[in-house]
Amino acid sequence: MRLLFATFQSPLHPAGPYARAIERLWWVFFAITAVIYVLMLIGFALAVRKGARRKQADLSDEATRSGARFITIALSATTVILIGLLFTSIATGRDISPVDDKVTREIKITGHQWWWEVQYAEARPDMIVETANELHLPVGERVKLILDSDDVIHSLWIPNLHGKRDLIPGYDGVLTLTADKTGTYRAQCAEFCGLQHAKMAFLVIVEPKADFERWLTAQRLPAPFPKTADQQHGQQVFLTSTCVMCHAIKGTSAGARTGPDLTHLASRRTLGAGILPNTLGNLHGWIANAQTIKPGVLMPPNPLEPNDLHALVAYLETLQ
Amino acid sequence: MRNALLLASCLLAAAACRREQREIVHSPAASHASGGIVRLSELQPGQPTPEVEVRNASEEKAYDINEGKRLFAAYNCSGCHSHGGGGIGPALMDNYWVYGSHPENIHDTIVEGRPNGMPSFGGKIPDYQIWEIVAYVRSLSGLVNPTVAPSRDDHMQVKVAEQSKKEESTEEKKKP
Repeated sequence: MRLLFATFQSPLHPAGPYARAIERLWWVFFAITAVIYVLMLIGFALAVRKGARRKQADLSDEATRSGARFITIALSATTVILIGLLFTSIATGRDISPVDDKVTREIKITGHQWWWEVQYAEARPDMIVETANELHLPVGERVKLILDSDDVIHSLWIPNLHGKRDLIPGYDGVLTLTADKTGTYRAQCAEFCGLQHAKMAFLVIVEPKADFERWLTAQRLPAPFPKTADQQHGQQVFLTSTCVMCHAIKGTSAGARTGPDLTHLASRRTLGAGILPNTLGNLHGWIANAQTIKPGVLMPPNPLEPNDLHALVAYLETLQ
Repeated sequence: MRNALLLASCLLAAAACRREQREIVHSPAASHASGGIVRLSELQPGQPTPEVEVRNASEEKAYDINEGKRLFAAYNCSGCHSHGGGGIGPALMDNYWVYGSHPENIHDTIVEGRPNGMPSFGGKIPDYQIWEIVAYVRSLSGLVNPTVAPSRDDHMQVKVAEQSKKEESTEEKKKP
């Protein structure tokens, strides 16, 4: 029940102009169809009552003519209402697809089975920020999301900010949006993309510009060298076992690009594409056997010795 | 007669299921070499020990062969073997095997590495994934059962899906 009225993933709680246009359209459709529904129910009840009182059907010319007149009026009203709704819908479609291209920032989002790769474009390669399953946006700024996929078709849906847009492999989709209310919103893959489609979510964090810039600057830094002996042992575990085959940590020799970039893993709020809070216990469980949490995920089970696993998690926790 | 046909088709259907079986939860065993079962040389002192045949369960599943192909790309095997055509490393789609063509030979090649370039992946790739890669590598030269080679891709690929093909032979084709 709480989820039904949740505001963090709802098109009825818009946090931007485009979502507001969609919400307006939703209410127009809802109001008109609700009125028609109630009228239909009343008409139906009246007809049942009238029919129950009468012994025989009235087949006189006058009754037939009045019936035909009523049907003509109802049909014309239906046509007018439907055409009216069509134009409201087209007008909303125009409102949410701006033709001008003035944006302050371009962000590339790539869909994977089953996680999201997020890359903040910059002219200088060393300034590019790469993260996963979390999109930070400065409030009030108009940004352009460039959508692509690495495998199958996915669809990005941030209900509080915009409508759905598909991520099609080899084709750049574009979604321009502005968020004008700070907050954390949940987004979800909206196109069936395989076994774990339902567990392919991510968070959109809309924050004040100063906070956003601070976050972006922190994300540009490489991972620091671990301080304690335990953490250093954890780094060795990472670099010498299965982790290094798929994941990258900037500042180390790990540079594989199959799985999410882990350079700032500890700063993220969720694990496994928005399905688990990023806590110590969950991280242990995810590394040991992600298959029991998200069956079919490409992360294999990792049979590490307990002290190696603890050290690895201790190291990953330093990746702020 | 009718009953026999019905029974036969049921059995056929069951066989088809096996090919498409997908194991989601794998044994988390780490990869290690076969420990002396596999011999690299046929020369042995005394009476030769009989060969132990190792069954690769991944070779009976279309999905596993496909996974092998995905991992072949993910772990950058193509960097040297170039999609099986060979480059820095030897070609994998011909009939010439430096270290043996049996599944256990290829498994050990991946786990232990080989002199002059092949890195050792032992401990870096889970064992079940190595067997999947082995199945894919053998499919490149037509060594897997033709009814298993999937002829379709489970992941987006830049190359056509692997088809079943005749086993590679060493005899050169005679020109007509």
